[in-house]
Amino acid sequence: MDVSQQPLVRLEGVEKSFQRGSEQIHVLANLSLQVGRGEFLALMGPSGSGKSTLLNLVGGLDRPTAGAVEIDGERIDQLSERQLAAWRARHVGLVFQFYNLLPMLNAERNVELPLLLTHLSRGERREHVRVALEVVGLSHRTRHYPRTLSGGEQQRVGIARAIVNDPTLLLCDEPTGDLDRKTGDEILTLLQALNRDQGKTIIMVTHDPHASARATRTLYLEKGQFSTEKPE
Amino acid sequence: MISWLNQILSVTLFSLRTIPERKGSAFSAAIGIAGVVAVLVGVLSIAEGFRAAMSVPPNQHVAIVLRSGADSEMTSGLSREETRLIGLAPGIHEGPNGPMASSELFVMINLPKKSTGTDANVPMRGVEKEAAAVRGDLRVIQGRMFESGRSEIIVGAGAARAFSGLDVGQTLRVGANEWKVVGIFSGGGGAAESEIWTDAAVLQPAYNREDSFQSVYARLETEGAFQKFKDALSTNPQLKVRTLLQSDFLAEQSSILTGFIETIGMSIAGLMALGALFGALNTMYTVVASRSREIATLRALGFGASPVVISVLFESLLIALLGGSIGAAAAYGAFDGFQAATINWQSFSQIAFAFAVTPKLLVMAIVWAAVIGIIGGLFPALRAARLPVAIALRET
Ligand SMILES: Nc1ncnc2c1ncn2[C@@H]1O[C@H](COP(=O)(O)OP(=O)(O)OP(=O)(O)O)[C@@H](O)[C@H]1O
Ligand SMILES: [Mg+2]
Repeated sequence: MDVSQQPLVRLEGVEKSFQRGSEQIHVLANLSLQVGRGEFLALMGPSGSGKSTLLNLVGGLDRPTAGAVEIDGERIDQLSERQLAAWRARHVGLVFQFYNLLPMLNAERNVELPLLLTHLSRGERREHVRVALEVVGLSHRTRHYPRTLSGGEQQRVGIARAIVNDPTLLLCDEPTGDLDRKTGDEILTLLQALNRDQGKTIIMVTHDPHASARATRTLYLEKGQFSTEKPE
Repeated sequence: MISWLNQILSVTLFSLRTIPERKGSAFSAAIGIAGVVAVLVGVLSIAEGFRAAMSVPPNQHVAIVLRSGADSEMTSGLSREETRLIGLAPGIHEGPNGPMASSELFVMINLPKKSTGTDANVPMRGVEKEAAAVRGDLRVIQGRMFESGRSEIIVGAGAARAFSGLDVGQTLRVGANEWKVVGIFSGGGGAAESEIWTDAAVLQPAYNREDSFQSVYARLETEGAFQKFKDALSTNPQLKVRTLLQSDFLAEQSSILTGFIETIGMSIAGLMALGALFGALNTMYTVVASRSREIATLRALGFGASPVVISVLFESLLIALLGGSIGAAAAYGAFDGFQAATINWQSFSQIAFAFAVTPKLLVMAIVWAAVIGIIGGLFPALRAARLPVAIALRET
């Protein structure tokens, strides 16, 4: 079977539970999921349903209690902590609700961060950063520090940082959760463009139906299980 | 590998950039460490200064003979007959008046200190007429030498500075005895300048010592004569004595006190270091906590745990070294050359000396600071590194 025919993300019988004191909390139970290349998947569900937990498993930020997580044909649930870090650096771009920019670095330097983990030369890094900032429409703000940027601008820097090393997969946890409607829409338009024009596969967690409307597919998570139907 | 070093370098640079934002806590940790270092250097500079004051260049020419088993003149005792036999031993330099040896005894008297007015012990030494020639470098710098058979004393320059009533021409009343100060001397090696000297033949009856002494000082004829002298005494069945070079004797005396001071200094500094360590720990925990989001973000992006550990350690080390330098500089400014007197615990006499903040001490201070910094940073750094990324991200 041709590799490009395989789903990019494949979860099989995934379980995730946390130990809280003496109590076991089962967050995800026997969950399976496939996301194809070039999809823009929205993940919705009530608070505490396990959306972030699921995203962490797909992004290699955490490992499942049981089951398989396969990204681009690689079983990442079997990687060590150290291997996972290296894998994340190469394969995923992360976009956070609160941007998670480093306050002491300007926009350019923040975007450059993932490239410090590559073997690119200084000049090559600069070029990648320039392109990424251009894609998100922030070419005129490259030397600004996060505190001097608006929320929307900070999120654009965050997205530029997520795409600068050309990852296979873009994972966004409530990327518009801290933005007003208009700014959020702009960010969604940007994500949509990345998906449509650059073929980026995106998984986005959101509480906002406006946001999920931009996606190519929406899944609802409830009590650790997918429900095909929209609740209510 | 390159990328790993790159990671360490960049993460460290990021964290150093944030120091100005929390200069308050960084500064207070640095000051805590500065205090430890200043106390450590201060106390140890006493020991160093004392060592310097007591140190005498190795001198192959002057020997001291004590009763066997005695570790100081105070605990020694020799009869007239024994001192006579010692004076006949081979190896002693033959002077114009016969063998150059001086049988001596030693008493403690109480005199008021100039600085505080309170009484302190001063050693008073009864010597024979060869005593100055035996030492070789003793000079009367004011007045004259005492005359034998008379209640006259000469006073060491250090003692004359530290105690009142010891100027030339003054009369010293101790118990039933009166002593006339006729001269001030310098030199004599070791603690001699802190002493008062008189004729042994006068001191013996004044203190009911009959015809006994405590030590014999002898000038040796050549560099190699000491072994011959010592062997002759140890093989003489009529004598049970301990023979050593005066320079070795003085070194032995001072090492006991310097060891004592060093122990005290280390204990005080150790306790303070413990305090400063908690200060540093607290600071670095705060640093790690305040930067936990950045650390979590970097790790989520794929930065390793070790660059994070190293950057926290490095920052802690830097703060500690800053504190260490401040403390060392303060100690140097405050203590170096500071004049003081202390009690010699062997003879309970006063010894004048100056604090000495030596380069060795400064290096040691920096090492202490570095150790505090590394330990203080280690636990917070490990905590930051051990925390799973997913949890770290949730907590921010
Ligand atoms: N590290 C952890 N330790 C203990 N419990 C955890 C941990 N991470 C998540 N949980 C629990 O797992 C459940 C799901 O959490 P998760 O963050 O995935 O929810 P979510 O769907 O993203 O919610 P929200 O919409 O509020 O972000 C919650 O009950 C949460 O308390
Ligand atoms: Mg969540």
